[in-house]
Amino acid sequence: MVRAELIKNLMANPLKCDLCAKPATVHLTQIVSNKVHKVDLCETCAQAKGVTDPSGFSLADLLLKASLNPDTPTAGVRCEQCGFTQSDFKKHGRFGCPTCYEAFKGVVEPMLDTMHKGTTHTGKIPQRALERKSIYDRLTKLELDLTEAIKSERYEDAARARDEISQVKQTVPSNPKSAR
Amino acid sequence: MTIASLIDSPSELTDAASSKTAIVLMTRIRLARNLSGTAFPGWAKPAQREEILRICREAVAATSPMKRSLNITVGELSELEKQILVERHLISRELSGAKGGAGVVISKDQAFSVMVNEEDHLRIQVLRSGFQLKKAWNAITELDSALEDHLDYAFTPTLGYLTACPTNLGTAMRASAMMHLPALVISNQMEKVVRAVNQLGMVVRGLFGEGSDASGSIFQISNQTTLGESEGEIIKRLHTVLQSIIEHELNAREKLLEADAGKLFDKVGRAFGILQNSHLLSSGEAMNLLSLIRLGIDLAVFPDASRSVIDRLFIEAQPGHLQHAQKGEFDPAQRDLLRAARLRSEFANFVHPNFSFSTNGKN
Ligand SMILES: [Zn+2]
Ligand SMILES: [Zn+2]
Repeated sequence: MVRAELIKNLMANPLKCDLCAKPATVHLTQIVSNKVHKVDLCETCAQAKGVTDPSGFSLADLLLKASLNPDTPTAGVRCEQCGFTQSDFKKHGRFGCPTCYEAFKGVVEPMLDTMHKGTTHTGKIPQRALERKSIYDRLTKLELDLTEAIKSERYEDAARARDEISQVKQTVPSNPKSAR
Repeated sequence: MTIASLIDSPSELTDAASSKTAIVLMTRIRLARNLSGTAFPGWAKPAQREEILRICREAVAATSPMKRSLNITVGELSELEKQILVERHLISRELSGAKGGAGVVISKDQAFSVMVNEEDHLRIQVLRSGFQLKKAWNAITELDSALEDHLDYAFTPTLGYLTACPTNLGTAMRASAMMHLPALVISNQMEKVVRAVNQLGMVVRGLFGEGSDASGSIFQISNQTTLGESEGEIIKRLHTVLQSIIEHELNAREKLLEADAGKLFDKVGRAFGILQNSHLLSSGEAMNLLSLIRLGIDLAVFPDASRSVIDRLFIEAQPGHLQHAQKGEFDPAQRDLLRAARLRSEFANFVHPNFSFSTNGKN
């Protein structure tokens, strides 16, 4: 971490801690991808966040939490999948589940620009997993079609759906897992 | 494979003498991966963590690099065993402190390790001795793709791999190199380097200590951001930064030799004397002395073959390894005695310094 730029200011200072309201005594500056970021912390929060322990400390983490004002309009949002709230995020500094990124889209998107080099992924894609997913999505849809067709006594459609299901099933690769 | 046999077997880090290079000790890449539709480890209920652990351990064990691996839960490891794995960079401190439902799978050669339920469901890591970013990437992406056959990853086209912390989104990749930079430290240039490297979007950390006065002059340089660039671009950029740090270190060495070779060789010679004769050595002091011997090797004061011995000692002088070798637990003061004894015996048979070939310095 940027020890050289960690300035302990022991003089009276009007700045307030970014994490709580106490007077800030530790001021950090870091340059991430040519953007300057500043964080002001009180002694307690600096200790708690491990600012003195360079291996455990991430300024990005701090920026992240500091940017989460409890008064933002998304403050009442909950993740449907895992029940996570914005105050949980502020407390843990981590999200609850992958679906949280949908639920807290409004909070995440503005952060990404300061946190990362860009806002869109351009790297590796889990090709096999995505192919598998598209097959499963297709199957789910066909099964729905089948039920619907039977219900409304469209037997020709039902037969077509059934044929297609058995066809798609043959292309299914090994069984994937997730702890749902 | 058991933890006892893993601890006692040669590892990529300490025994791959063939690929040892002067400045980059080790290359490491790690990827964070999570299961779709599943709460992240920090938010999952205990029973769910156990379920995630079971699924992931099984999937990891089924891949070919992980044949005959060590596959163990954190709960099954003793404090000392955890410390040894941390010192070998095979698990993180965070994982070693995990309460329950966490585990690790480590390949037989200790080049791969996969932590389960650390901050993310999976933290896949590959270690390669020397400067081998490309090789490390090829190895890790292969393991990652093999895991994809068994696991549904949380991924979106725009945000990439979804991680518990938004700072890891996108590639979820951290690529790093462990560098030995004694001349930059001696000539007080590390702070300048840290700042410059920061501006290029890379992070510098002392490996055995804090910031720019890391003991042993060993630093870890890694990418700061993970979203908006491909893995290849990040690696290329890191490679360029590392290359330029290497050049700076070599320049600094040359300058030190030009300015006052006697002073530099004096440091190396004294370090050798202390390692041969001292009776109390703290971990920090031992690191610094070993660092000077390593510099001596680069300057041809000692033969090249000794480099892997020093790299092994860097690890073996750590508290966990020291206590394991002595088969017991010792307080820090006792450890300093043991460490000195261990290094005395190691340096009793070490090749003596030869300063006559070293006048024109570089390796
Ligand atoms: Zn505070
Ligand atoms: Zn959620």
